[in-house]
Amino acid sequence: MKQKQKVYLRLANGKTFTGYSFGKYGNSDGEVVFTTGMTGYPESLTDPSYSGQILVFTYPLIGNYGIPHFERDDSAKTIQNGFESGRIQVRGMIISNYSFEYSHFDAAGSLHTWLQENDIPGIYGIDTRELTKTLRTTGVMLGKITTELPGSEDTAEIIDPNETDLAGMVGVREPVVYSPKKNKNPKKILLIDCGVKNNIIRNFVNRGAEVIRVPLGYDPMKSEYEFDGIFVSNGPGDPKMCTATIDNLKRSFSLNKPIFGICLGSQILGLSAGADTYKLKFGHRSQNQPCIEVGGHCYITSQNHGYAVDTKTLPQDWQEWFINNNDGTNEGVKHNSKPFFAVQFHPESSPGPNDTGWLFDKFIEML
Amino acid sequence: MNKELEPLVLQKKILTEIKKILLLGSGALKIGEAGEFDYSGSQAIKALKEEGKTVILVNPNIATVQTDIDLADKVYLLPVNPYFVEQIIKKENPEGILLGFGGQTALNCGLELNRLGILKKYNVQVLGTQVDSINKTEDRELFVKELNKIKVRTPISKAVRSVKEGLKAAKEVGYPVILRAGFTLGGLGSGFANNEKEITKALQEAFSYSPQVLIEEDLRGWKEIEYEVVRDSADNCITVCNMENFDPLGVHTGESIVIAPSQTLSNAEYHQLRDISIKTIRHFKIMGECNIQFALNPKSVSETGEFDYRVIEVNARLSRSSALASKVTGYPLAYIAAKLSLGYKLTELENSITKKTYSCFEPALDYVALKIPRWDLAKFPRVEEEIGSKMKSVGEVMAIGRSFPEVLQKAIRMLQVGKFGLVLNTSKTQTIKQDIITPTPRRLFAISRALRDGYTVDEVHNMSSIDKWFLYQIRNIDNFRKLATTKENITADFLLEAKKLGYSDKQIGLLVGTDEDEIRKIRKSLGVLPVFKQIDTLAAEYPAETNYLYSTYHGDTNDVEETKETDKKKIMILGSGPYKIGSSVEFDWCCVTTAKILRKLGYKVVMVNYNPETVSTDYDICDKLYFEELSLERVLDIYEFEKPLGIIISMGGQIPNNLALKLHENNAWILGTSPHSIDKCEDRNKFSSILDRLEIDQPVWQELADLKQAKKFSNQIGYPVLIRPSYVLSGTAMKVCNDDRSLEEYIKEHAQISKDFPVVISKFEEGAKEIEIDGVGQNGELIIYAISEHVENAGVHSGDATLAIPPQKLYFETVHQIKRITKAIVKELKITGPFNIQYLAKENKVKVIECNLRASRSFPFISKATNYNFIDFAVKSILGHDIKGDYKTLDLDHIVVKAPQFSFSRLSGADPILGVEMSSTGEVACFGESMEEAFLKSLLSTGFRLPKQNILLTLGDLEDKIEFLDSARKLNEMGFTIFATTNTHALLKEHKVKSKLVYKINEKKNPNILSMLEKKKFDLVINTQSMKHEHKSMRDGYIMRRKAIDYNIPLINNLKIAVLFVNSIYKYKLEQLEIKSMDEY
Repeated sequence: MKQKQKVYLRLANGKTFTGYSFGKYGNSDGEVVFTTGMTGYPESLTDPSYSGQILVFTYPLIGNYGIPHFERDDSAKTIQNGFESGRIQVRGMIISNYSFEYSHFDAAGSLHTWLQENDIPGIYGIDTRELTKTLRTTGVMLGKITTELPGSEDTAEIIDPNETDLAGMVGVREPVVYSPKKNKNPKKILLIDCGVKNNIIRNFVNRGAEVIRVPLGYDPMKSEYEFDGIFVSNGPGDPKMCTATIDNLKRSFSLNKPIFGICLGSQILGLSAGADTYKLKFGHRSQNQPCIEVGGHCYITSQNHGYAVDTKTLPQDWQEWFINNNDGTNEGVKHNSKPFFAVQFHPESSPGPNDTGWLFDKFIEML
Repeated sequence: MNKELEPLVLQKKILTEIKKILLLGSGALKIGEAGEFDYSGSQAIKALKEEGKTVILVNPNIATVQTDIDLADKVYLLPVNPYFVEQIIKKENPEGILLGFGGQTALNCGLELNRLGILKKYNVQVLGTQVDSINKTEDRELFVKELNKIKVRTPISKAVRSVKEGLKAAKEVGYPVILRAGFTLGGLGSGFANNEKEITKALQEAFSYSPQVLIEEDLRGWKEIEYEVVRDSADNCITVCNMENFDPLGVHTGESIVIAPSQTLSNAEYHQLRDISIKTIRHFKIMGECNIQFALNPKSVSETGEFDYRVIEVNARLSRSSALASKVTGYPLAYIAAKLSLGYKLTELENSITKKTYSCFEPALDYVALKIPRWDLAKFPRVEEEIGSKMKSVGEVMAIGRSFPEVLQKAIRMLQVGKFGLVLNTSKTQTIKQDIITPTPRRLFAISRALRDGYTVDEVHNMSSIDKWFLYQIRNIDNFRKLATTKENITADFLLEAKKLGYSDKQIGLLVGTDEDEIRKIRKSLGVLPVFKQIDTLAAEYPAETNYLYSTYHGDTNDVEETKETDKKKIMILGSGPYKIGSSVEFDWCCVTTAKILRKLGYKVVMVNYNPETVSTDYDICDKLYFEELSLERVLDIYEFEKPLGIIISMGGQIPNNLALKLHENNAWILGTSPHSIDKCEDRNKFSSILDRLEIDQPVWQELADLKQAKKFSNQIGYPVLIRPSYVLSGTAMKVCNDDRSLEEYIKEHAQISKDFPVVISKFEEGAKEIEIDGVGQNGELIIYAISEHVENAGVHSGDATLAIPPQKLYFETVHQIKRITKAIVKELKITGPFNIQYLAKENKVKVIECNLRASRSFPFISKATNYNFIDFAVKSILGHDIKGDYKTLDLDHIVVKAPQFSFSRLSGADPILGVEMSSTGEVACFGESMEEAFLKSLLSTGFRLPKQNILLTLGDLEDKIEFLDSARKLNEMGFTIFATTNTHALLKEHKVKSKLVYKINEKKNPNILSMLEKKKFDLVINTQSMKHEHKSMRDGYIMRRKAIDYNIPLINNLKIAVLFVNSIYKYKLEQLEIKSMDEY
């Protein structure tokens, strides 16, 4: 039996949960959010949209299949290797049961060791259902992981990550180009990186397109690269923090080139179009969100967002495209006549269902 | 919009023109088709009734909830076969028919109705998945062809229609190969073959069930994964649940330990298989629910970079797995499937748990659920113990918790096979290595033992191919034992750790050297208590409106509030646990009916049960459902948390009954008859002395502690005697012994005999009638009763007997005596609630053989037959309502006959004989104007095929031969050809009955029984075995009976039944059997 070290999660509302350490034994803080996805912890932990957050997994058994071989993955391989960026993005991980033993033919090591190597603390032995219910009723809140029992000292000193330029911090600093292997004359996509997931790039490149990944704030109007369409990626934090990008995009409408946004990209596109966004009480972080295409099918989607476009504020020449079947929130917008559209969910999945991968086809066809 | 999907029908297309719907049930419970279809059918009826449809149900299973008069509009207790269903269609004129809710029986019947043009003729529309799609999933050849079209991989496989073709195909695929027969349920006619000899035998058998057999590549060792998929008319398609088999491919999924959701799959694997599921189901245009099974290569990716997989099969109907998935997730698959079949879209149907969200989503679990099959192989002499591609299990249990060790140990206890959990059991595995390599019900325990004895996880993995993750978890459970401490040094941390690993108080007691009660006290004083969590389909993302609960030690807060003071309007019901031989859907009916009545009377109902195949574990049957163990520990946990008025333990069969006294001693209030009375009844000595005091006769019996005494006593009372161990462990057999030699053999084989383990020997009464009385008492007064009569003589277990109500052959004097004795017992034991007494009657002398102070297996039968709901009486009696009255149960205008359903075809090697041990897996009952009519309908309902020409007659004793003479004459008269063996032939000849001579198997002369059986020359085999010449003829008789089963030839193995059968077909032609619904009687 391993020596167990107690660690604590202190929430901004004063509630404390006690569990045991895995990964790095140490402190951390951030916005505490929960995901109800049942698979894909390596993908979730490396998803840049979780930057600044402490992630609670409601699924209770974690670590079972270890961590796959960690390789740099910018060549967009056919096999997904299970990572969505070059590093662990969360600030902490909270679970019920950690599986110290793992088993998978593709595993290179344990989750524990991986977290340790990346200086990320984890807590297991937490009543994650109770924690989730707290977050559901109170809304997401700040919290800290501590090795000492938190006393009367509060969580006031934690800086709200949403008030920082999270998206600007997780994206690339300099443009990177990803070319498809077979296509000699590919369509070119200017990808504005707010914290893009690898699988978005894979989805484009595997479909024979070239991706020019540029930093947040990059102005398409002044691009030194030729491109056929603009893609605005997912990413962490409050979309309203991305003022330059919102402005750049608004001006890019005049190019009349197809624009596609995912998640944060959808909110940014909405703001560029003149609509408003707001913060959801506890967000959608799961792999089972039903989204109805207006007048069309319902798709099961993977989601990870805390903000949403306020449909009521959409200007007249824009329309609601997808709606959440559960709570009626906006899941996508599109322009009435121009090739501008975006979805709130993650068609690239990873983790989660692949039902909406056709959106990538749709975008590429338009280029 | 996704261009690959079907163009969307935008306007609502609810099938309003369909007003009357015919629903096909699954008939009797059998291996491979059990209680899950009562659940699916009941849900479907509920869904259809909500839409204002008229529902006509065909199902001869009288013990089900779905055949209650308050559910469907009309219930036909008639065989689910094309002939009877056509008659019903003709009479009722339904506009629509549902084929997907009654298992393979209903599906096959529907396909046949379609093939024969009957559906078209009467203009009946198939609702839900269309016949064309069903055919494509059922016909293996078509199935593979269709999947090839969409580039979905299936096992390399060749369809063959003869043994010769099969041999050729096997050579091409390469041994070892898998055989699979199409159009069968639960893998009947399927198996493995390593060489030509094995495949020849297997092919011969398989062709007797199916015209087509598949020879497939051997993928043993691959992971087996299942998805439950739902698709609507708008082509919205979701996977509701995925499940992983603990046992790798090679063990039928119904025989596997199954965990949901999958545990060892990465995101990419999970979603690759999910994508294929959806693609496949869309291709087949399934409408409603279906299940898809995969094999997944555990070691590598394929050359294309995908994970290497094969689609094994698709079931285009509700299945055992879908019932399990419904209970796992809380997503009511059958209910939704029924709504979808009417044209609703998933996006329009409310999530019945949250009542806020909709049904077009995939449940997120924040717990795990584990299923373990329940086998009863020990009940079947000679049966092959190995489990594989054929189903042999008779039931299953499901445990819910928040870690694998927690659910594993819970589930093992739930099986009720005398285990305290995975570890610390009394019985020890002897043959570890063999038991790991060859799957049997012992494998799990052998693995645990091996890991304790120093085998490495790798070694066990290499022997079993079971994923190492599961093996690590099993090892962790055992490793905890190293922390064993003494009673005095127990800490809260120690207890909590034990509890998180699923240890029961009993196990912890064994670990520290004390008992369960003591641990409970210590545990409570240290504040180590389970918490109760809700199943909500969305992992707490939305609040749940229903109370579908489980306990766990992985948590600190309850989802529901503890009740502070006794709630006098709340009653707890203990369910019946796993289906097994002797305890089945009847007890679930009793529990569900109790819940319905209590709720009608204004009580809140707390149900405790853990059988995923039941209606009682449907969360809308009660106010709070605890999907939990029926152990003393857990029931007390729930009782103390809920503080109900009391507990009803008399509806769920023997499991709750056995808890009565212990619960009472732990200050739980037992409603109904006093636990002390129950104890007096259960304790053989106490009950016997009561009978003596009341001057009620009983068969002579004695408890004996050594062989010499046993022999002496047996000779003194005279053989034959009935012998059984005094402490009945699960599956330990009873037996009738005819002489000293068979007595010795029994003791050597089955029982130790010593002071600690005495045996009970009682006089076995030959030629006696057996009679049952079911009734309800109140404060020692008999309120209502029903008498039913066994067709077979005593010696056939009451669960295997054919029952008739009202009794047809009882003397008035016998009935009078039975009533008198019953009243005396009711008074003496102060019975308040249900009871059942079994009697022997011979020449007007009546003896009591058994008494149970609980509802019996026959309660639904007598309730529906007499139209007096005995559970209603029982509940009201328990609650103290005044229910006295004059109830006429002996004087009915019709007769109802209950017939047993056997599953011998599933149990390779088992001897299909009737004896004192029960071996039937289910039952049916039909109404009729006469005994013969009701019997014939019942027999046909069990799948019996009427003979066309040739009947093989081999009767054991001379008495049997003589008793059957008249019947044989009738067979002659009706034009049947009788084949008989030497002695029978001679006797028939002597009495001028025509028959053809055939030779016994061991006579090795032609025409021989064996070769004629193999050539399927007989339409019916009537065989009775001699009680007296057991040793000599046993082998021959056994082979003959077994071959009849293996070649799917109807078998009658009891003389009384044979005589009744001949009388029935003599009196009635098929067309003369009346097509009447239950309410028309």
